Amino acid sequence: MDFAFSAEQQMLRAAARDYLTDRYPFERVVEVADGELGSDPAAWPQLVELGWVGLSVPEGHGGAGMSFLDEVVLFEEAGRALLPAPYFATVGLALPALAAAAPAGGGTDTLLAGVLAGERTATLAWAEADGPVALVDVEAVSVTASRTPDGWALTGTKRFVPDLAAVSDVIVVARAEDGVGLWRVDLRAGTEGGADVGSEVAAAVAAAVGAAVGAAVVVPHSTMDRTRRLGDLVLAATPATLLVSPGQAKPVLEQVRLRALAALAGEAVGVAERCLEIAAEYTKTRQQFGRVIGTYQGVSHRIADIFVALQLARSLAYWAAWAVSVGAAEAPLACAAAKSAAGEAAVFAAENAIQAMGGIGFTWDHPLHRYYKRALGIDAFEGYGREHRADIAAALLDAPTVESPAPDTATGA
Amino acid sequence: MDFRDTPEEASFRSDLRSWLAANLPADWATRDPKVGKYSPEESRPWSRKLFDAGYVGLTWPKVYGGQGAPYTYQGIYLEETARAGAPPHIGGIGLGMAGPTIIAHGTEEQKSRYLQPLLSAEEIWCQGFSEPGAGSDLAGARTRAVRDGDDYVVNGQKVWSSWAHIANWCILVVRTDPEAAKHRGLSYLIADMHSPGIEVRPLRQITGDPEFNEIFFTDVRVPVENRLGEEGEGWRVAMTTLLHERGTLGFALTAALEYAVGKLVKLARTPAAAGRRPADDPLVRDAVAQQWVDLQALRYTNYRSLTSLIKNGVPGPEGSVAKLHWSESNQRLTKLALSLEGLASQLDRDGAVWGGYWQYQQLRSRGNTIEAGTSEILRNIIAERVVGLPNSR
Repeated sequence: MDFAFSAEQQMLRAAARDYLTDRYPFERVVEVADGELGSDPAAWPQLVELGWVGLSVPEGHGGAGMSFLDEVVLFEEAGRALLPAPYFATVGLALPALAAAAPAGGGTDTLLAGVLAGERTATLAWAEADGPVALVDVEAVSVTASRTPDGWALTGTKRFVPDLAAVSDVIVVARAEDGVGLWRVDLRAGTEGGADVGSEVAAAVAAAVGAAVGAAVVVPHSTMDRTRRLGDLVLAATPATLLVSPGQAKPVLEQVRLRALAALAGEAVGVAERCLEIAAEYTKTRQQFGRVIGTYQGVSHRIADIFVALQLARSLAYWAAWAVSVGAAEAPLACAAAKSAAGEAAVFAAENAIQAMGGIGFTWDHPLHRYYKRALGIDAFEGYGREHRADIAAALLDAPTVESPAPDTATGA
Repeated sequence: MDFRDTPEEASFRSDLRSWLAANLPADWATRDPKVGKYSPEESRPWSRKLFDAGYVGLTWPKVYGGQGAPYTYQGIYLEETARAGAPPHIGGIGLGMAGPTIIAHGTEEQKSRYLQPLLSAEEIWCQGFSEPGAGSDLAGARTRAVRDGDDYVVNGQKVWSSWAHIANWCILVVRTDPEAAKHRGLSYLIADMHSPGIEVRPLRQITGDPEFNEIFFTDVRVPVENRLGEEGEGWRVAMTTLLHERGTLGFALTAALEYAVGKLVKLARTPAAAGRRPADDPLVRDAVAQQWVDLQALRYTNYRSLTSLIKNGVPGPEGSVAKLHWSESNQRLTKLALSLEGLASQLDRDGAVWGGYWQYQQLRSRGNTIEAGTSEILRNIIAERVVGLPNSR
């Protein structure tokens, strides 16, 4: 049993922190966050150069073949810095899907290679207004995929796509005659090639947003967290290439979901840690009634409680990351525990930091609200804590027998 | 990072499982773990059996009768004995507090005199730290020890001493210099509990059980050779004791909480009034799942702390979280469990669910946030020594 990061992983963390501190000081994050995209287009080539993209993608598929544990170190640091780039969307959501799709063949698609080369960024689109909420709700998918003389075309609207306006490509969960699969839509491509299929529905969809049939229309939303925005994607017989064959999407999305949950737990730990530091720094020096406010237990115990929540969340996040990295049977429960606890811990940390700091923590100019909003976004993403606890409860309370609900380390993973 | 047992750990675990299966009396595992669950007449021979099989003092140096094993073995031992429902060694205070302090500060004579009978449960230890006027503020201890020839003469009162009624020895913090500054006037003695002038009175708690005792000292003579460390160094020696109390606690707390969560799940799955399962109430489901998450958080925080202990020789800062988290989580758990019983929750003996198990646990859990460092003291420690906020006092 060994619950520590390796020397290499610690070096990776130190290098990442140095880079992010240097490149994304808070003033720069704010500048990007309040800009048009909420994302720094200059970030991507640098992240690729640093080796942050494809770290855990197998070497056979062009990645670095390292462990997901290495990647979680980066997610934690990215959360800590509020890195304004589509890192979670591309590395946390799209790459796992692309890597899972790669061995399935079907693959004349070049998106995986493009992302690894730093030429493309991507996100994943699964949610719909009357369709899927969770990533794995494939039964509810209604965006359609139809064959065209040249390939495929997709029609329908996807909601709440992370970092949609900041990426070059979208992996879309859609339904063909033979079931639900994954397709790639190139947001930089023109509109040629899709217009012939499903023309009536497609025409109506396109008309509703004032676009041409064949176009992919990005509808950006104003989002509380300005560094991770959500957008809707309107597809009207839009040309697409097949990534995962119809009927094969669910197991791929299950894997994507576990990674996303563990990655978000890592991010949440980074957010909570930064909130603790900000609040501690302030309460060490701010004076009221002739005393530093950190000497008042009403304040210091709040800080201690943030520390406790952070440490507990961190332990669960690393457990989940390890379980995902080795494909342990306990991974789904570990990810549910980690995401629920870490998401809530980040919100708790931000809220208590705001309170401990008094008025200044409530101002727009202070960094805290940026962290708070990221925490809220993480907490909401792919299910609030109680939804993950519902999954845990099902395993504990409805399974035929529960003698030892704890993972059995004796028999390994 | 790897949570799986190494081949050596796996083999130790499987040997221990077999040993427990062969040696634990069949009816013990199903008894309710209340105080007095095992009488000293049962617990002492059981402890001796553990000792003879090499399961006591696992991490202690071999030269002092231990096994010289890594800390992970102690963790495995606690996990497996908890899962098997086996009672702990009777000498908890000796193993967790007195022994490590003697190893750290004792003379060779003291080590060879005290350690072996402590491991084998021939001698039982109790703790004389807290006083009616010195609880969290241990350095305020006023029990006096006055030098008289080769003895100290001790007068005063200690409180909250488990096992004092059957103990052979007491680790005792006394004031030897009333003129010195608060922390500098203390010394650390080993008192023979059979000395004339010692009176032990049971202290009844809100559970009704006398789990703790008061100890009264009237002109009790303690030989100077029974002092641990130098005169006036008592505070520093006591800090070693408390460090060990907290350092080795994590696994025991995880094991205890795992046991409790298992019981909670069982209760929630058991149909109650009108055949309804508590587990079918969505609010209950959420709360039970949260308890399970709390348990895993404790387990892996403890693993992290242990890894730091193995690699750096000291538990990591995360270790300060364990007792605080466990105690508050256990209070939520017992309260939740009791609420699943409806008005039957008010029965505490005849006709009570599981013989009043949860009624007892709920009351007992209120002590969890007070004993071994109140939650308020632990939050002070975290805020000041870990996060680095200025001292509140």
